[in-house]
Amino acid sequence: MSRIAARIAALRKEGRGAFIPFLEAFDPDRETSQAILDGMPAAGADLIEIGMPFSDPMADGPIIQEAGQRALKAGATLSGTLAMVHAFRAHDRETPVILMGYLNPILAYGPARFCTDAQEAGVDGLIIVDLPPEEADLLAADAARAGLDIIRLVAPTTDAARLPRVLAGAGGFVYYVSITGITGTRSAAISDLARAIPPIRAATDLPIAIGFGIKTPAQAAEAVRIADAAVVASALIETLAASLREGCAGPETAARVLAQVRAIADAIRAVPR
Amino acid sequence: MTNFANSLRAGPDERGRFGAFGGRFVAETLMPLILEVEAAYRAAKDDPGFQRELDRYLRDYVGRPSPLWPAERLSAALGGAKIYLKREDLNHTGAHKINSCMGQILLARRMGKTRIIAETGAGQHGVATATVCALFGLPCTIYMGAVDVERQKPNVFRMRLLGAEVRPVTSGAATLKDAMNEALRDWVAHVDDTYYLIGTVAGPHPYPMMVRDFQSVIGVETRAQILDAEGRLPDAAIACVGGGSNAMGLFHSFLDDETVRLIGVEAAGRGLDTHEHAASLERGRPGVLHGNLTYLLQTDDGQIEEAHSISAGLDYPGIGPEHAFLFENGRVQYVGVTDDEALAAFLLCTRTEGIIPALETAHALAHLTKLAPEIGPGGVIVVNLSGRGDKDIFTVARHLNAADLEESP
Repeated sequence: MSRIAARIAALRKEGRGAFIPFLEAFDPDRETSQAILDGMPAAGADLIEIGMPFSDPMADGPIIQEAGQRALKAGATLSGTLAMVHAFRAHDRETPVILMGYLNPILAYGPARFCTDAQEAGVDGLIIVDLPPEEADLLAADAARAGLDIIRLVAPTTDAARLPRVLAGAGGFVYYVSITGITGTRSAAISDLARAIPPIRAATDLPIAIGFGIKTPAQAAEAVRIADAAVVASALIETLAASLREGCAGPETAARVLAQVRAIADAIRAVPR
Repeated sequence: MTNFANSLRAGPDERGRFGAFGGRFVAETLMPLILEVEAAYRAAKDDPGFQRELDRYLRDYVGRPSPLWPAERLSAALGGAKIYLKREDLNHTGAHKINSCMGQILLARRMGKTRIIAETGAGQHGVATATVCALFGLPCTIYMGAVDVERQKPNVFRMRLLGAEVRPVTSGAATLKDAMNEALRDWVAHVDDTYYLIGTVAGPHPYPMMVRDFQSVIGVETRAQILDAEGRLPDAAIACVGGGSNAMGLFHSFLDDETVRLIGVEAAGRGLDTHEHAASLERGRPGVLHGNLTYLLQTDDGQIEEAHSISAGLDYPGIGPEHAFLFENGRVQYVGVTDDEALAAFLLCTRTEGIIPALETAHALAHLTKLAPEIGPGGVIVVNLSGRGDKDIFTVARHLNAADLEESP
């Protein structure tokens, strides 16, 4: 059983939803982002999503755009991101790690070599924002060979006729993009989520995570009442950004981000199922 | 030479691929919209009523057909082949951009869209978009890099005069690629009412095909006009290439005519072997940006690099996927022209023909100065005079010195 499936099955048994915090690799520097990554499981992360910095992140709002710019300035590369996962795996073999990003750096690295190296580093799944099902064959065979789950995005614009096509070949969990918009801007209404999730649930056995626009512990708790997992990204990066001094990490940067991870995790764990 | 058994004009395939290039690399939120645009476009294309309406606007509003001008003094000055200029600069708004804007705005109306967004570099596409939006009374938002807003002030004012909202983009390097990122972000957030009117033969399928189809009126007219004037096809056709829409528009009608050399001119900026150019084909590698797989200027790690050109309209690190296909199979030859060469050709055309070309167009003219003597007397060359240069006179003034202006070619 894959780490993602094992973790989510275990949480189901426990009767609670999963928390998936996000960090951008190398933001604001390699050491700080490694410290955040390494501290996330103890702070309550059930799975971890790591952003692979890209110069042109077309689905991201200003907060994650700026995180990517800081990371690239700090020397982020795809191999550097894999090295972070490798270092994380030296002391954590259970927490699933998912890489999220855009296709071009993977193409430049070479899809086959990337999947092999990602698997060896301890990556469990991939979310490639600009790789819709129509183009998925570019990575599907290499990812399958390396045992990496390709996590598919479902959006409010994905209608019932299209949903089976999106779910075909999906692995790990389904990532529901809760708003029509970019990351970190607005939040979905609970009533919209309550309407959107059941049709997806009916079409797949995969767990469902909700992301885009979840900012507070209360929103995260609402999300796991409706779905199986909540992804929080921009809100954590905002905390990180606020702690920077002239673009550099302050002494409290990692601790503040991890405290916020803890607060959200506590809210999710308090939800009765 | 070709991967297509019958015709190079048959692409793209059902996946929106020209050979290996093109496709639909967009986030899931946009995917249903892209498919909707494609279905609407295919239906419009098959509807004679749509074509009749478009033809009427192109004739009575844009001013088509544009003339094919025999440039006698320019031909004499270069001492070689006979040169014809396809006068896209005479279109309403002064460039070829309006051909595709007119087609797309009619499509947007047909789809019931009530808001238009677009990206622009030099501002020509922004002006053309703002123009058709004024004509049909649709609100429009134009994304433009903050750097370009600064260096193309006259066009920014034109757009605002026409009622468009110009939003300066400060993310990334604040130029055309960032404007396109921002337009895509806007589209994702306004999927219900908004149509994204892309300015070139790039972006996710069906845009490269659709924009090419709307621009191919250039080549269709040129072909008939040159046959009428010379009784034969030209030996060569030249166009500048940024994203590549005026070049695809000219080339498409000639792709299957093996005797016609087709030459796309990329901006070599300060030189192809510097880091300041926009030569995606000659110095880039295949990759994915803005929804399509094509040649891109990028680092070894797959980060997109900034392009440079004296011409804001060629200042883009990618190129339309059909050009990438035609480059790889060798049907079209791509060459680079530097900023300095373009400036010299700008002056030459202005002084010999009384036509001030856009700096983009001046790149095509600069290659013409090399090719006309090579093809020699008896030969015929067509150049796409893709736009007029009024917008560029301040840039040119900064680069020319008094001595340049005193010389008369």
